[in-house]
Amino acid sequence: MSLLEVKNLKKYFPIKTGVLKRTTGQVYAVDDVSFSVDKGETLGLVGESGCGKSTTGRTVLRLIEATGGSVTFDGVDVMAASRAEVQKLRRDMQIIFQDPYASLNPRKRVKHIIGEPLDIHGIGTEQERRRRVFELMETVGLSAEHAERYPHEFSGGQRQRIGVARALALRPRLIICDEPVSALDVSIRAQIINLLEDLQDELGLTYVFIAHDLSVVKHLSDRVAVMYLGKIVEISDSDLLYDHPQHPYTEALLSAVPIPDPATERARRRIILEGDVPSPANPPKGCVFHPRCPRAQEVCTSAMPALAVTGEAGERHQVACYFPTRYEGGRRSVSESSFAGAQPGAAGPAGAADA
Amino acid sequence: MGERLLEVKDLSTHFFTHVGVVKAVNGVSFTLDREETIGIVGESGSGKTVAALSVMRLVPDPPGKIVAGDVRLAGRDLLALTEDEMRAVRGNDIAMIFQDPMTSLNPVFKVGDQIAEAIMLHQDKKKDEAWEMAAALLERVGIPDAKKRVNQYPFEFSGGMRQRAMIAMAISCNPDILIADEPTTALDVTIQAQIMDVIREMQTQFRSGVIMITHDLGVVAEIADKVMVMYGGRTVEYGPVDAIYYDPHHPYTWGLLGSLPRLDLAEKHRLQPIKGQPPDLLLLPPGCPFVGRCAYEVPRCRGEWPPLELVGPDHGVHCWIPVERRLEMRAGLPRFKEWVA
Repeated sequence: MSLLEVKNLKKYFPIKTGVLKRTTGQVYAVDDVSFSVDKGETLGLVGESGCGKSTTGRTVLRLIEATGGSVTFDGVDVMAASRAEVQKLRRDMQIIFQDPYASLNPRKRVKHIIGEPLDIHGIGTEQERRRRVFELMETVGLSAEHAERYPHEFSGGQRQRIGVARALALRPRLIICDEPVSALDVSIRAQIINLLEDLQDELGLTYVFIAHDLSVVKHLSDRVAVMYLGKIVEISDSDLLYDHPQHPYTEALLSAVPIPDPATERARRRIILEGDVPSPANPPKGCVFHPRCPRAQEVCTSAMPALAVTGEAGERHQVACYFPTRYEGGRRSVSESSFAGAQPGAAGPAGAADA
Repeated sequence: MGERLLEVKDLSTHFFTHVGVVKAVNGVSFTLDREETIGIVGESGSGKTVAALSVMRLVPDPPGKIVAGDVRLAGRDLLALTEDEMRAVRGNDIAMIFQDPMTSLNPVFKVGDQIAEAIMLHQDKKKDEAWEMAAALLERVGIPDAKKRVNQYPFEFSGGMRQRAMIAMAISCNPDILIADEPTTALDVTIQAQIMDVIREMQTQFRSGVIMITHDLGVVAEIADKVMVMYGGRTVEYGPVDAIYYDPHHPYTWGLLGSLPRLDLAEKHRLQPIKGQPPDLLLLPPGCPFVGRCAYEVPRCRGEWPPLELVGPDHGVHCWIPVERRLEMRAGLPRFKEWVA
């Protein structure tokens, strides 16, 4: 059974204008997103800035309240949980943030930062808590002698280790990693990636790994969901997605990542998308990707296609596209006529706004 | 290779702060030819940006000072020029684009004003002529509806468009050298691909030399002809792009390559990070700045900076470990076979 089940998750942020702060529009940050994560697995959420990947992570934890949809963690309905129940759930579900400079309180000593979750949840005696803080510091590769120091005395990589230790304090089962290595230098980034891998093995953790760097996501994830403008456009086992991307956006995204190998780079053909990502306050009608899509036809402007199974991989590989790429006998092809399995999804916000 | 545009020799730029001297750039040398691209790679604090700013003579003084070295642009000694003469060089001969296109454009002036200003400063053009050129340049770097866009303010541009506007400004006077300081770091990957494309196109059109400063070894592999790897203000290794990726000689270069997750390799690999933390630039040892993090250190490394050793055509390294020993160690690296495969 899945540890985390997210169904039709929506988060719309109101746009308020004028003196009276009337709501004049909505930012459709996350719009009808569904996925599940099994125990011990890593699901990668990738996409460019503004695609809603971080909002998805935060909404799952109820750090921000969802507009609609359901989130179930180990059989418990997260959305319906009371304040007290949410606090209990947070022992099991933690988060690591991107910016190790902004996410640690500069006025607190490291021992207090890491120990704070224990204090809040009233776990153990003071002595036990202190021991646990030292133990956590050791686990993430920090010297326990540094417990009295302040965050500014640490480098970026060490700060991120503090953030990891804090997330581990309550022995969670699920950790949402929100771009945990994006702000770090290459050599330090590899240290933190290895640390996250080791912790998963040792503690049986489940990760939702949010990042814009596709190489990092591929390296860490068992499954990957690609987001664009608040929607999941493709979700699949990591290897399948990278070898046989079916959505034109995934293909473009993969081809745009420079590979640190000059010979490979010279041989590569890059798909360059035109234009910019549209504003999530005013998403295009139909498929959200159609204004930039090289394959777009009339059907694409009618409705956003739902995620559908297209190939031999079955349920493990789903794509939301009327013209997905097919791979048969090792040959890549794109059909001229629209794919029969692609069904229009539930009426999107653009349709709702018209009504 | 073509005509030599730039020759930098033993450049040292230090910052004199109240807590001590920061040797941001320490004896760095490189050359750039016409139509050539050099990638300067390094992590934060390695001195790559300061090296470029020194070439432009844009290091804030005080606290910064170019304490030694020689910078020659087509034979002209740039460090001997007066500030007025240097101002004519900037923009005209060497132009620079920066990482963050939001902070490098002035938010209260129209984009057209800012490009036209650069044109009028260096060329004998009237305002309306300059504006027309600005619109043409915007079109050239791929901004749709350029005639309308010149009248807009930076906040009306997306990140990618702002960077295009910066490129338009940089190429407005057909510079021989374009310095791009992490031009795509703040951008999404699909937009990065667009911008790299524009830079390459402009380079072909104007036959410029490009200095690409980046921490991204993928970007370097994509665009550079030769590479200079910097660490702690020093050049630890330089060479043709293939030599750096397939025949790297410095342990730091190995570390960088081993730290990268690879999108193109099927199997999952354990990353081989570099141990430890980046050095404190105030407390750099007199020898190699990589000591402490280098797994192969010999006693000499701490005391003395190794001389340049040529290991291939135009491929040099600064390292005390004898070359045979180095090759042996490299062969033992868990991931090295995949790099050269």
